[in-house]
Amino acid sequence: MQVKSIGAVLTGGLFALAFTLMSQTKKPAAKPAAAKMGPVQVKGGMQASLDRGKQVYLQQCLACHQADAGGVSGMNPPLIKTKWVLGDKTTLVQIVLKGLTGEIEVDGDTYHNVMAPHSELSDQEIADVLTYVRNNFGNKASAVTAAEVKAIRAKTH
Amino acid sequence: MRQLFTPFKTISSRSLYLALALCMTGLFACAGDNKRPYTTTTEDPALADTNLVLPKGFVATTFADAVGKTRHIAVADNGVVYVKLARLKDGKGIIRLQDANGDGRSDQSSGFGSFPGTGMIVRKGYLYASSDTEVFRYQLDANNNVIDPGKPEKIITGLIERGEHEAKAFTLDYAGNVYVNIGAYSNACQVQDRTKGSPGMKPCPILDSAGGIWQFKADKLNQTYGDGVRYATGLRNVVGLDWNTATNSLFVMQHGRDQLSSLFPDMFDNKQSAELPAECMYELHKGSNCGWPYIYYDQFQHRKILAPEFGGDGKKTAGEDAQDPVVAFPGHLAPNGLLFYSGNQFPERYKNGAFIAFHGSWNRAPEPQKGFLVAFVPFKNGKPSGDWEVFADNFSGSPEATASGRAKYRPCGLAQGPDGSLYVTDDTKGRIWKISYQK
Repeated sequence: MQVKSIGAVLTGGLFALAFTLMSQTKKPAAKPAAAKMGPVQVKGGMQASLDRGKQVYLQQCLACHQADAGGVSGMNPPLIKTKWVLGDKTTLVQIVLKGLTGEIEVDGDTYHNVMAPHSELSDQEIADVLTYVRNNFGNKASAVTAAEVKAIRAKTH
Repeated sequence: MRQLFTPFKTISSRSLYLALALCMTGLFACAGDNKRPYTTTTEDPALADTNLVLPKGFVATTFADAVGKTRHIAVADNGVVYVKLARLKDGKGIIRLQDANGDGRSDQSSGFGSFPGTGMIVRKGYLYASSDTEVFRYQLDANNNVIDPGKPEKIITGLIERGEHEAKAFTLDYAGNVYVNIGAYSNACQVQDRTKGSPGMKPCPILDSAGGIWQFKADKLNQTYGDGVRYATGLRNVVGLDWNTATNSLFVMQHGRDQLSSLFPDMFDNKQSAELPAECMYELHKGSNCGWPYIYYDQFQHRKILAPEFGGDGKKTAGEDAQDPVVAFPGHLAPNGLLFYSGNQFPERYKNGAFIAFHGSWNRAPEPQKGFLVAFVPFKNGKPSGDWEVFADNFSGSPEATASGRAKYRPCGLAQGPDGSLYVTDDTKGRIWKISYQK
């Protein structure tokens, strides 16, 4: 496994700080966009993406966010009908890519466990798992495509 | 060994079947004397949305409800109760409760203290309280009331708080010293915390200022690292700790490391990761080293195992310089309260034994969660004299709630009342139970 440089760690920390500061003034959009599930965007169709995404969720997310995505009080935030999950896709993809440190607020409660970066996941895996999370656990939001993840990854340092 | 079990003839067959059925589901811990049956107590019917399951002869009353996120609790020798809140409620971080009419329920409640936190102890005329960076004390009058709630003395300050294992749980000995947990702001001292592939740092730089117990003076103001002593090291995080007067030594419960299978899927499966490592009880002395982050304790192999971040494979042993635990419990149960029982109300076998409040797990997923109970370990001559056992159970409300982790209540703090009753807090909804023995 490659070891991240101290620079990368610092950058990650600064990003998380900037992100936290930003989040205090600019909240992600509250209303999710209407679901667009066109087969043109989603590789193999929506159901295939959801099926693949579920596998990624089980392996990468469940240990902290739990089987019902309800999270862990004070530690790991829930993924159910929150602005973070249903809102801006760029923010969401960047959290997966860069991880998150420091306290965040979700629906009035605070959470402070460390989330590791998951940049080793492919664009398709990230697209699938976010599509899965955005359309499970009571959530309903548009799919995330590999092309969108690729574009966000290119702009994320 | 003495007969520890209630003779079977006194047990109703119904409760025996219930206990066996619960054991067979695998959702209830049935370690130790698992033949001992449990009875369901009756609380105030209006509050009996979960009935605690207790050994025969014990009853629980709801001493107070919806108090806040109640963490550690202290009961003064006249029965006045102080409890620390993890989150301010109406701007207050400490709640004073009192059962003036003696019906087993608090009928007086008031708050003070502008800081949230975990630690709470009454000792020799003072109430001690901690935030996540400092420890304060309030002088008490002859009736154990705080003389000046607005002006605590700050005795310890400047302790590290980086958002992980931040609670500064503490206890005192009887010689004027405070022992403060400074939890490691890390899971296993990786270069990048909780990140797959990130190696462990050796030596672990966190241990200079955290990952241990620091000793300070109880009566000196504004102490910080330079004034204290690193009393014990190699402890990832401690929330439950108590001074054992029978041994005149400090005992702590460590929160063991997380995520063996998610960080090392090639070495550990989810079942192993749910059970490992043990949640350990240690007896500490000045200079103690319990081995974190380099090793963890495997309760099945009964060995200290080299952590995978430091080259371990789940089998290689290490940590020859590190202590062995006094008791090893199943993994991830999250021990948040420890109390050595010195009262006379409970049956003789409880005397000098240890009660442990297990807050309950999250890091057992996708396996069923576990915990949400108060355990007991009998002690004789300063050593455990039997296996650990479940003392109070069903804080979660049901086996399903335990398995999913969506527990109704989560035990956190423990205290002994002047009459020998045991107080248990919950930091989810703020219920406080008083458990008594009525033979």
